[in-house]
Amino acid sequence: MRSRSTFRVANRRVIKGDPRELARQLVFSRRGFLRSTAGMALGSALLHTSPFGFGATPQSKRKVVVITFGGGARDEETFTPEGQENIPHLMRELIPQSSFFTQVVNRGILGHYVATASLATGVYETNTWVVAPSNGFNRIGESSHRSFGLGCGAQVILPKYLLAAVTSSQADYGHLLRDSYETPLYAPTLSGNIFELEQLETMLKLSVDDFKAHAQTLSSPDELSVYIVRQLMRRFAPSLLWVTLHDIDIAHAGAYSLYIEGIRRTDRLCAELWKATQSEPEYKGKTTLFILPDFGRDSDEDAGGNGFQHHRTGDITSRTTWMMALGPGIREGVVYDRAVDSIDLVPTLGSMMGFTASLSKGKPIPEIL
Amino acid sequence: MRPEDLKPEQFNAYPPEARKLALEYLETFRRLPLSFLPSLLREVIEFDFKFPAERRLLEKELANLGSLSQQDLRAWFREFTEIKLSESLEKSDWVASPAQFVERLSAHLWTTHQMDAFRHAAVSYADKLRTAVAPELPASPRFGIAVIGQGVDVAPQPLFRKLRPYGAYFSAVNPENGLKHLFEAIASRANANPAQYAHWYIDGGEQLPHPPTVTCVSYKAMEQVRVALLARIHAETQKGGMGPEALRTLMAQLQPTDLGMAPSGDPVLNRFQIKLLTEGSGTQIFSTSFVQWAAREALRRAEPLTLLVRFAPRQRQKPMNELLSPSRDQVELDPSGSLVDADMGAYYNWIDQQRLPGSEKSLFLAWFENQKEAVAISPVLPRGTVSNETIDLRGILSWMA
Repeated sequence: MRSRSTFRVANRRVIKGDPRELARQLVFSRRGFLRSTAGMALGSALLHTSPFGFGATPQSKRKVVVITFGGGARDEETFTPEGQENIPHLMRELIPQSSFFTQVVNRGILGHYVATASLATGVYETNTWVVAPSNGFNRIGESSHRSFGLGCGAQVILPKYLLAAVTSSQADYGHLLRDSYETPLYAPTLSGNIFELEQLETMLKLSVDDFKAHAQTLSSPDELSVYIVRQLMRRFAPSLLWVTLHDIDIAHAGAYSLYIEGIRRTDRLCAELWKATQSEPEYKGKTTLFILPDFGRDSDEDAGGNGFQHHRTGDITSRTTWMMALGPGIREGVVYDRAVDSIDLVPTLGSMMGFTASLSKGKPIPEIL
Repeated sequence: MRPEDLKPEQFNAYPPEARKLALEYLETFRRLPLSFLPSLLREVIEFDFKFPAERRLLEKELANLGSLSQQDLRAWFREFTEIKLSESLEKSDWVASPAQFVERLSAHLWTTHQMDAFRHAAVSYADKLRTAVAPELPASPRFGIAVIGQGVDVAPQPLFRKLRPYGAYFSAVNPENGLKHLFEAIASRANANPAQYAHWYIDGGEQLPHPPTVTCVSYKAMEQVRVALLARIHAETQKGGMGPEALRTLMAQLQPTDLGMAPSGDPVLNRFQIKLLTEGSGTQIFSTSFVQWAAREALRRAEPLTLLVRFAPRQRQKPMNELLSPSRDQVELDPSGSLVDADMGAYYNWIDQQRLPGSEKSLFLAWFENQKEAVAISPVLPRGTVSNETIDLRGILSWMA
């Protein structure tokens, strides 16, 4: 027999609306979640009154680490009340120390290689960079354009290539060698010629055996990347370190639990890298850390996609992400709601570090300068 | 070539019924913009292998287009005509290979920053079509069932969190004979509203005995096909110059018989199953991805009245290269991770069902297999509620009606 009295009402939350309304709700959701859980303040009122500045550290001594919270994660699995359990390190350790931008818009192509190139150049898809739909990160780092100066680009390390180079058989390391999750069945053959084996020993001071042995203790490619970053910090202490994390993109295989695992691992690795900057003498007290996704993923509501699995619809949730910045001179616990473009990062780095980003189409972000 | 230059003989390679349909609407095709027409032809060329519901929908869409005046057509397709195409796209054989054209069009739209404009045009067109062609309401309220968590005794996290706001959560389900009650329910519905492809059962493992009136797809039954597909992919990826796009094109061209399916089988269902593997992402390696995608595609294409989906444990994540190898050691399973996958999959099943006409009356039940938790969504059940009363699935089913 049916009895309505046997039910009790539980909480309910439904978000709907047109794209502009959805974008507004995304922003307000992130801000609301951050203010309620991390005690952060709205930043616009502080913009012109802050006594903080970055001036204490000379530009030449400044260090910047950029982490792309790679593969894209949605608010549902991160900043909503249900999602926060997946990012405990961001929520409890990093965000309270950071300036947080709730609305970072990527107006370019929503592919990881292309988007990373746009972030790194400050320009959406131009002919400056050769960016392939897969296996293309090896093209990032230096332009052949004469205005940039051949040989003056970034040194690119692709840990998976490195690992491929030291293993004659990929069998034992297969789980680390996947290049792209976009097409789960396609695993390209990797070559180790980007970063030669000699460089492994001469630059990173790692023997092939040590490197292989350590790799066997790691569960994911992103862990390998962080391991390499730690080596670089100790050996060379580069001024600008850019780390592209990518484990989250396993979502393309459609297994939600693996996507969540990727988010939790990325959250942990971000905190590890921040701690590394606080413990390494060359970085301590003079490092600014930026964390931002290259873009988001499709929403559950868009019939053209399949929810978290892909980032193919170009809908507002897949284009609108966030960014946090923390370090000396960066205001702590402040939330900024205004729209920032993802290509604004490079000119901001230029202003901080004293290089010109004149060809970038973005603008420096005054809130963190 | 432009649409206005279309000739009847260009459709000679289309399957018989598709060719007949194309020739019937040739004059209409000639009046459509190239940024739109291949997307339509991609559907037309598959007409012989479409489910009844999608056939009817396509026929209505074509009839509507055929009835529009030149002025109406200009209004309907103004945004599409503003999309700029490349010369190579225009020169491609989009009549014979519309799917390949659409794939290349997608890349072109992204690189020329026209994706948002195209997306807006497509949404606008779909809205107009929905207004012009009344949706076909189901003969009875749709009923979706998701059974999750096979092989798990204790869930690693609270279940059905996304579904609970829309229905009643039951915390004290008596699991005895649960599957039996569910199969009785779908048999009863299939008998009450008999129609081809109207009632479905999708299993992520081995299929259980089910009524012959119910269309069944199972991951286990597709095992040999999956092995054949993976072997084929493995062989192709070993060849030089094979990139992901070429692989995707190759997979899209595979026919059921290429992968060992009997030519005597149901051609429509065989084609559907092959597409699950060749067009889905992750469906070839994870049973949970297969089931979720199969359910989504069955709902989108066949618009069933009944859909019972039973998730099963997927294999533990292994290196992709190892997964691609056809012969390996015994597969390890990941029941706990599969439950998390399936919990989300059940939510997506419900969302996909709600996209169909008649959603305001539709029913949905998700159950943690052989355990005490379930959530039921029905117009007659209060939303966002919890019941701690002991009840079996037959009882819940009766409450939902």
